Amino acid sequence: MSEIKKFLYVNRKAPYGTIYAWESLEVVLIGAAFDQDVTLAFVDDGVYQIVKGTDTAGIEMKNFSPTYTALGDYDIKKIYVEKESLEKRGLTVDDLLDLKWEDEDEDWAEKDSIHVVSSAELADIMDDADITLSF
Amino acid sequence: MKFSIQVNEGPYQHQSSDTAYQFTKAALEAGHEIFRVFFYHDGVNNGTRLTTPPQDDRNIVNRWSELAAEHELDLVVCVAAAQRRGIVDEGEMQRNGKDAENIAPGFRISGLGQLIEAGIQADRLVVFGD
Amino acid sequence: MLHTVNKSPFEKDSLAACLRMSKDGCAILLIEDAVYAATDGTAVSDQIKEAMKTKSVYALKPDVDARGMSGKVIDGIELIDYAGFVSLVADQNSTQSWL
Repeated sequence: MSEIKKFLYVNRKAPYGTIYAWESLEVVLIGAAFDQDVTLAFVDDGVYQIVKGTDTAGIEMKNFSPTYTALGDYDIKKIYVEKESLEKRGLTVDDLLDLKWEDEDEDWAEKDSIHVVSSAELADIMDDADITLSF
Repeated sequence: MKFSIQVNEGPYQHQSSDTAYQFTKAALEAGHEIFRVFFYHDGVNNGTRLTTPPQDDRNIVNRWSELAAEHELDLVVCVAAAQRRGIVDEGEMQRNGKDAENIAPGFRISGLGQLIEAGIQADRLVVFGD
Repeated sequence: MLHTVNKSPFEKDSLAACLRMSKDGCAILLIEDAVYAATDGTAVSDQIKEAMKTKSVYALKPDVDARGMSGKVIDGIELIDYAGFVSLVADQNSTQSWL
């Protein structure tokens, strides 16, 4: 079977308090090698995974923020964040990491990977996925 | 129909391994094929044969091993998650210079690519976790 | 599409998230501690009843029974066993677990 499936990774948990965020990211990185259609969704506490300004020195845990920034290099460019989840937490897109990807077809122009969407738009994205991996 | 199953939590602490087991058993009884059961996060703890639950309780690990033997199930424990949590097979023992291995019968340790492949090859993937 | 929820709605917001991000016509299966959401007279019963107008809501009977909730299930929620769970997954084109 060589068909391309739509893989959706749904992240609903905050980082560091539990390992889900980091181990989810490990799946995303490995999965990127399989040439499937990949979409990431950050909802509820999952939005805390991609806030900027994290410093984990004091808790002696590896800071994996830079790994999100590298996602564009893995050709992962569809990252959806639920607007309601951000608002509920007093966050805006300005609080999030500046995730970019380079468009080969437009002379490697840098484009935003993060799209803030409504719950209804996210429902459509979820409905459209073939395989949903939840963390 | 072909199913793949992902188990994200260890035995006993959460119900997820129990539910995944009951689902897998029911799917097999209904004539479906289980392409793979992939154990991730603390779910890798389902793969140690050293668990010793009380006699009057279900033995979650043995139950998976027996179901695997009966139906030739592919029970895969994620290597990266397993290394963190001390789930070791013969190969991992030698590679990492450990003095023991503890993998339960019917389980094997392999990479995360097996989870992605499970998603690609199966008609449905169902995740059980916390 | 099938959504599964396994958390008590009084402890986590998985159910609310599922209801917010699921489409009309979908199926929602309450399993494990989420079966408490299937009971009547609770703070979330109205949300479930509202969802039932446009979505099919199921609860896993073995989990309902285990928790002593069999007499309290909201009318119209279909109770299914593990075989029914398997059929739901097979019948719907994809499954998302709201962990």
